[in-house]
Amino acid sequence: MRVPLSWLGEYVDLASDITPEQVQADLVKVGFEEEDIHGGDISGPIVVGEVLEFTPEEQNNGKTIRWCQVRVAPDGQVAADGGDAIHGIVCGAGNFFVGDKVVVTLPGAVLPGPFPIAARKTYGHVSDGMMASAKELGLGEGHDGIIRLAEMGLDPEVGTDALELLGLSESAVEINVTPDRGYAFSIRGVAREYAHSTGAAFRDPATEVISAHGVTEAKKFGTEFPVSVDDKAPIRGRVGSNVFASRIVRGIDATAPTPSWMVSRLKLAGIRTISLPVDISNYVMIEMGQPNHAYDLDKLSGDIVVRRAAQGEKIVTLDEVERTLDIEDLLITSGGKAIGLAGVMGGADTEITDGTTNVLIEAANFDPVSIARSARRHKLHSEASKRFERGVDPEVAAVAAGRVAQLLVELAGGEIVDEGSYFNHFAAPVAIELPAGFVTNLIGLEYTDKQIESSLTEIGCAVAKLGTGFSVTPPTWRPDLTDKWTLAEEVARIVGYHLIPAVLPVAPPGRGYTVAQDVRRRVSNTLAATGHTEVLSYPFFDEETNNLFGSATEKSVPQVRLANALDATQGWMRTSLLPGLIGTAARNRSRGMTDLALFETGLVFLPEQGKTYGQDIVAGGVRPAPDVEAKLYAGIPPQPRYISGLFVGDAISKQVGQKAVAYDWQDALSAVQQIALGAGIQISVRQGSHKAFHPGRTAELLLGDAVIGYAGELLPSVAEDAHLPRTVAAFELNLDAVTDAAGVPHVAVDVKTMPAATQDLSLVVADTIPASDVLDAVVEGAGELLETATLVDVYQGTGIPEGQRSLTFALRFRAEDRTLTAAEATASKEAGVALAASRFGATIRE
Amino acid sequence: MSAPTEITEATVTAAVTDALAAIAAAADSAALKAVRTAHVGESSTLAQLNALMKDVPGDQKAAAGKLVGQAKGEVNQAFAAREEAIVREEQTAQLAAEKVDVTAAASRWSAGGRHPLMLLQESICDAFVGMGWEIAEGPELEGEWFNFDALNFDADHPARAMQDTFFVEPVDSHLVLRTHTSPVQVRSMLEREVPIYVLAPGRVYRTDELDATHTPVFTQVEGLAVDKGLTMAHLRGTLEHAARIMFGDGAKIRLRPNYFPFTEPSAELDVWHPTFAGGARWIEWGGCGMVNPNVLRSAGIDPEVYSGFAFGVGVERTLMFRNDVSDMHDMVEGDVRFSQQFGMVV
Repeated sequence: MRVPLSWLGEYVDLASDITPEQVQADLVKVGFEEEDIHGGDISGPIVVGEVLEFTPEEQNNGKTIRWCQVRVAPDGQVAADGGDAIHGIVCGAGNFFVGDKVVVTLPGAVLPGPFPIAARKTYGHVSDGMMASAKELGLGEGHDGIIRLAEMGLDPEVGTDALELLGLSESAVEINVTPDRGYAFSIRGVAREYAHSTGAAFRDPATEVISAHGVTEAKKFGTEFPVSVDDKAPIRGRVGSNVFASRIVRGIDATAPTPSWMVSRLKLAGIRTISLPVDISNYVMIEMGQPNHAYDLDKLSGDIVVRRAAQGEKIVTLDEVERTLDIEDLLITSGGKAIGLAGVMGGADTEITDGTTNVLIEAANFDPVSIARSARRHKLHSEASKRFERGVDPEVAAVAAGRVAQLLVELAGGEIVDEGSYFNHFAAPVAIELPAGFVTNLIGLEYTDKQIESSLTEIGCAVAKLGTGFSVTPPTWRPDLTDKWTLAEEVARIVGYHLIPAVLPVAPPGRGYTVAQDVRRRVSNTLAATGHTEVLSYPFFDEETNNLFGSATEKSVPQVRLANALDATQGWMRTSLLPGLIGTAARNRSRGMTDLALFETGLVFLPEQGKTYGQDIVAGGVRPAPDVEAKLYAGIPPQPRYISGLFVGDAISKQVGQKAVAYDWQDALSAVQQIALGAGIQISVRQGSHKAFHPGRTAELLLGDAVIGYAGELLPSVAEDAHLPRTVAAFELNLDAVTDAAGVPHVAVDVKTMPAATQDLSLVVADTIPASDVLDAVVEGAGELLETATLVDVYQGTGIPEGQRSLTFALRFRAEDRTLTAAEATASKEAGVALAASRFGATIRE
Repeated sequence: MSAPTEITEATVTAAVTDALAAIAAAADSAALKAVRTAHVGESSTLAQLNALMKDVPGDQKAAAGKLVGQAKGEVNQAFAAREEAIVREEQTAQLAAEKVDVTAAASRWSAGGRHPLMLLQESICDAFVGMGWEIAEGPELEGEWFNFDALNFDADHPARAMQDTFFVEPVDSHLVLRTHTSPVQVRSMLEREVPIYVLAPGRVYRTDELDATHTPVFTQVEGLAVDKGLTMAHLRGTLEHAARIMFGDGAKIRLRPNYFPFTEPSAELDVWHPTFAGGARWIEWGGCGMVNPNVLRSAGIDPEVYSGFAFGVGVERTLMFRNDVSDMHDMVEGDVRFSQQFGMVV
């Protein structure tokens, strides 16, 4: 909502030296956030001038300019810029005549842009200022020519300050109006709030019009166009319209100019000027908060009836769009024909044109829900619908209709006749009980009865004593005041939030982080400390990408698809973190960071095959029945948390005395073990496959017997499709599975202190046998004297039969209670060899 | 030198003089080793003189013995001193030769780092866990009931359209990407017993295009307390305490009237940031208020018995003003230089 200050000042006292910034600060205190300041970007000297004579001069470029002599100050006086009373000005426009009064921007003036005006040499003359167009003054688009004040109905003295004349020196503050305060979408409402904030006197424009023009409910209008409502299908039990006022004004000149003060205010309020009748309608809407519409009376064909649209009914709205209506849409009809989409936009057929002389003014109150749905359905969020959705004061309709009529008489030369109609079926606001102590107990600040009574009275409530508390009846413009909590907010707001003290509540003893929360942090910290960089990526991808990464084997996976994705090609929620990491890696490499070890944790979206998800609309405000609640929970697809990593480029870069070492699949496996370390669990590894990974370089990650993820090298084509090098290593595992397994206290093994014996062992075995299986056999066979066994070498080639390989293990033996002899260690080793031999045919390498 | 034949003062003195000269002349441990053989060892002149003791007549033995003994002592002492000096010199020389340029070290590790949005979330959580609160979590793909209806967003309320919600196909499944972490508050009230003091951090979604200050995917931390007798003063006290932890002792809180469907009264939350890069100032931090009675009722909690307060702040926004991040792009693009500059600490 934009509020021109002079307009605001009509209904509430403003300090004479008020600034837009101060007005904003005052309004913030009562809950209206500042958004912007408009205007104030133009400065003089800008004056009224009279064209004394001009000479057209054709130029080489084919353009004809006019060399004009313009009087900018009365004879014998100095001009506002300190120069002569007559200025020579070059003008490119051709729409003016000798004797025209025009707007002259003199040297020193600054126009919006900023565009400073100075005397300058052009087309062989010194142009000592400029004759301005409406556009240059920020008064709207208009035509290209300069302003002829006569067209605006103005004939001021030469030398008059045009900034004042045209209201150009004004500024407006823009504030954010929250959805509960529909009444503040009006100068009337903002002025009231300004009074609450500053204590300045508020003058209700609605009251003024009533007293000045006698337009009240009691006043009987004529009945030439009776209005009625015939709502056969109220939405949620609410009739579409419960207040409707119509007034008729005859004999207007629809082409009369809109006065410059109105143009200026509308412009500051963000409304384009269109024609006088439309401008008046908008002006009253901004002033009173009551959307209203003027129809060309002579295009109406009978009684005005408010009803729902029929199936398939159509209307062409003012924006020249033919709209097919829904049976929920509320219509204004005349003689059975739709003339307006109620509360949203009028119809084109009955639009005011230059030839219109008689008008019917509509000012009505419509059901907020009905209007909100129509506006959303037709994607037509108008100034009118914005106000109706949030609630309009039902008592202001008749006043606003009268105000429009009054302005049409004053500015367009019309005549009010006693024609029109009015009904008001609005149910008076219900009193709310506000028990003693309630506000104090909710806010935590002691409020006196007097404070409560006066703040509620100030916002327009009727307050009566009820027992030890109050009975409070909200004003008609505050449909948001529905219970004692809303009243408590008003008291706190009017008395001031700044007075609320700070008291730290004592929470009951908490249990700290859950195991999962604690382990997730440890895991991420472990990875970061071991050279991995955490990144975050958006979870939106295309369907194929999700299919590729979402399952190790299945060609496609069930997915969650967005109905209104920002990019329709990326409208599916991720089934894996890997595509995000791949994109992030590509972006980093394009910026010159070629060596990357990335990781990310986050949710993936994994609906189960064949299952339908979703929930019904269930009303809030009451806890659902257990079976309904269970269905609300069950309708949400599984979203496990994953952790994934990606490696590309060099693990160790070339340095002094150090060759570069490239990242490969082993880094992915190391990272998985770092995760296991961070989580305090055991993750084992076996040869596996995943359709996004290299068929020969993929490990399955196991927690016990359950596969919880994959690690290895990505399929080279996947890497190359993403413009990454052929070798990219990655891992992905279900972090929920990791954290579920964590949190079991470790059972300690005693540290043995007797001397150790070490031996190496080389076994020749078929190269199809995984090294870890051979190692397991050795460990199992060697028994408890073997303390550690580590694979230190793998050899294939000379001396080893085809299809076999040599695996060398470093073994360390230790007894708990004595120094081992070499013979004991050897016996243990041989037992290990024996088991490996029996399982895999392994032999000791000669 | 020929072997001595007799122990005399002259022969002993000559041997000592020779030995001391040789010891003094030894420049390194190799030379000293030769000196040991010639002047200290079994075949040295003094040793040979000592061997003549057996031929010395009985009455002269004591004098000769003293003479030779003193000579040996003098030589041995000189030798030991020289040896110690040479070892010291040689060790010093070796250490000097082993000098490296510590500024030209090869790195044995790669730099990693946490994402600052995650770190900041964690440190906000720490502040509240320290007050006895617990951390609650929930799904990002939510039902409309949890995201809207239970939070007092009527189906036709303009605030519901205001949220710029991502909806899921089919639209009548009434599933959305949560627009705030408030559904976690609803779940907490349904699943936990009062009193409830929970913090809900996590990712949320709105249909904003990415620019310098907006992102369709961002992070919120919301808090909820439900207990007997909670007031707006408690809300203020809690936020002020958290602000001091996050921004330093000079931080304070300002509340301004605002509107949210799920709180009544509602307030805009400003924080006085004492160490803001451009100078201390008030900064819009988030929204808060007393839990709307309809929200409590949605979870089966009687608002006549219990009251609650709730608040929410944006983590991206907090990071922007707390750590002087000027462009949202840095937070969402995954450029490793952004995370790595924070390392493990935000």
